[in-house]
Amino acid sequence: MAKTLFDKVWDAHHIAELPGEVSLLHVGRHLMHELTGAAAITQLEQRGLDIRNPDLTFATLDHVISTRPRRTAGDEEWSTVMVNTLREQTARMKIARFDINDGRQGIVHVIGPELGLSLPGLTIVCGDSHTCTHGAFGAIAWGIGSSELVHVLATQTIRQARPKTMRIHFKGTLRAGVNAKDMILHAIGVLGASAGTGYAVEFAGAPIRQLGMEGRMTVCNLSIELGAKIGMIASDDVTFEYLRGREFAPQGEQFERAVAIWKQLASGDDAVFDKEIEIDVDNIKPQVTWGTSPEQVASIDATVPDPSLETNAVRRSQLMSALAYMQLQPGQRIDQIRIDHVFIGSCTNGRLSDLQAAAAVVKGRHIALNVTGWVVPGSLTVKLQAENEGLDQVFLAAGFEWREPGCSMCVGANGDLVPSGQRCVSTSNRNFVGRQGPGAMTHLASPVVAAASAIAGTIAYPEMIGYSS
Amino acid sequence: MKPFTLVEGYAAPIMQDNIDTDVIVRIERIAKLKRGQFAPWAFEALRYLPDGSEDPNFLLNRDPFRNAQILIAGANFGCGSSREMAVWSIQEFGIRCIVAQSFGDIFYGNCLQNGVLPIRLERDQINVLTKGALTGTTVRVDLRICKIWTAATGPIEFAIPDTQREALLSGLDEVAQTLNMTASIDQFQQEDRRGRPWVYAAVDAAMKTPDVAQRLKVKSTVELESDV
Repeated sequence: MAKTLFDKVWDAHHIAELPGEVSLLHVGRHLMHELTGAAAITQLEQRGLDIRNPDLTFATLDHVISTRPRRTAGDEEWSTVMVNTLREQTARMKIARFDINDGRQGIVHVIGPELGLSLPGLTIVCGDSHTCTHGAFGAIAWGIGSSELVHVLATQTIRQARPKTMRIHFKGTLRAGVNAKDMILHAIGVLGASAGTGYAVEFAGAPIRQLGMEGRMTVCNLSIELGAKIGMIASDDVTFEYLRGREFAPQGEQFERAVAIWKQLASGDDAVFDKEIEIDVDNIKPQVTWGTSPEQVASIDATVPDPSLETNAVRRSQLMSALAYMQLQPGQRIDQIRIDHVFIGSCTNGRLSDLQAAAAVVKGRHIALNVTGWVVPGSLTVKLQAENEGLDQVFLAAGFEWREPGCSMCVGANGDLVPSGQRCVSTSNRNFVGRQGPGAMTHLASPVVAAASAIAGTIAYPEMIGYSS
Repeated sequence: MKPFTLVEGYAAPIMQDNIDTDVIVRIERIAKLKRGQFAPWAFEALRYLPDGSEDPNFLLNRDPFRNAQILIAGANFGCGSSREMAVWSIQEFGIRCIVAQSFGDIFYGNCLQNGVLPIRLERDQINVLTKGALTGTTVRVDLRICKIWTAATGPIEFAIPDTQREALLSGLDEVAQTLNMTASIDQFQQEDRRGRPWVYAAVDAAMKTPDVAQRLKVKSTVELESDV
């Protein structure tokens, strides 16, 4: 029986079988950031342990670093201390760090791929749940906790129970203006936020193959919002061409040798998954969340659901508390909801193609008077490339703020918050209660919807402001 | 890690699905506080009113549940962010065991790393436990025999993989255990390095003095999505 992509990569990193079907796996890339990384290194040192493989460990600054122009560290004393602690630790331990002064700083899930660190067939871990993003390259990549961080630093391995495998097969043709974010939000809406719990998910099908690497990263990024800590897409020519020539990808003859191996990693034709699911994305509309879980999502031209129609008591009470938090009424049209903020950025949608798509919608228009719009590029590389194309000028002319790279308003760890009681259309990944700040209300959407909403002052798709997708 | 064998105490049901780790502990707490300081901030978004006072409607603010050692929840408890401080905050509040229909995968692993016992039960079993717990009777969890019960329910069996059970019972130090396997790790890396040298080569490039201008010339990441 042929193996799945997941099985092949897992088996290639298996060092030892531990009792109870737990594997000791080798970690090919350990990516670090200041929020969980600095404390883990401190704990490692307090235990008197050494880092085993600084050569397989890579760090950047994204969670608490300032996104203001001319920033050097955090906006406050505590965040500056955290940023500088990781700087000092990585310098001392000879861990490569991508920082402001070398032009490579950015969100860890943006810089890993763009620097060519995230490669097919690797195991990649990071103390952040959106590490599943790197699965877009055909790697097994997942987020880990603080204790596991120390284990990886000390041993370059991790203990893992083998998850079950699931394949989500997308089918159909996307309409113009509908993109990777809509595909995966739609899937989460259909399947629910815990459908992937306990599984490593492989995304497949023609709509996936037709995506560029950045779209594939958006899909894999939201695996965790489906409940799956691992999401993967088999590598193909799109992947190889993306990686060719990247700074830390294999070069020359080594690259060709690597590609030959990577081509063997796709799931075999008769590979068996524990679960197979088909998701039809034919003609779906742009997707927007209306509640406080990513599964509470609908087409942008739909209405807010009515809890009184829900027969299950637990679900009804959850619906009611979601609508109460979101200050929405049953039956209200989603594309008429007034908004206060727009955030374009994050490890979900902070890459160049996201900014290009949003800028195309914004160009020649101005954001609504009552709206605050932020664009936060995913990395310094993205920012420089966008500026080379003049995208910063498009956003600035439209009234957006053009900020420095980081996680920013997706998670608010650095103090970039949506004020309490205000409503934000966000290209990020979580609409949880208080995610963007206590009392802040989040609607997840794609970059083009976020851009159109900023112009309209309500949740809107591009056609509503006269843009033709 | 503190070993887990037997816990008997009050059990607080918080019967919502999809309680995420952002709700369990807010990002600014994990950014600014250290381990041992999280107890007041567990479930902050549910526990306090906007003026900062306790919400009397939230169960953990009521006696005897403010002294609960067991938490009972719905499906997908602890979904979302990987922040281990979610477990720390619950643990520092006094909880030793969480019973739920299902758990976020990363949160489940983080529980095991901290000696907090995560128990998966079917919804009808959870409903039975909840009914008992809400009367203020104590719930008993014995990991040695994998059973949980109240006087009213009688024992309910739960399943947990052997390795994880052993680790919890003994308070195993995984790092120390794995360091004993260093020879196997060395051998894996030697063989892997021969087959996939590029996995181990990145750092040589990473430690070089970077040249931003040169890097931008190397590769344009301009890549229009085919469907936009």
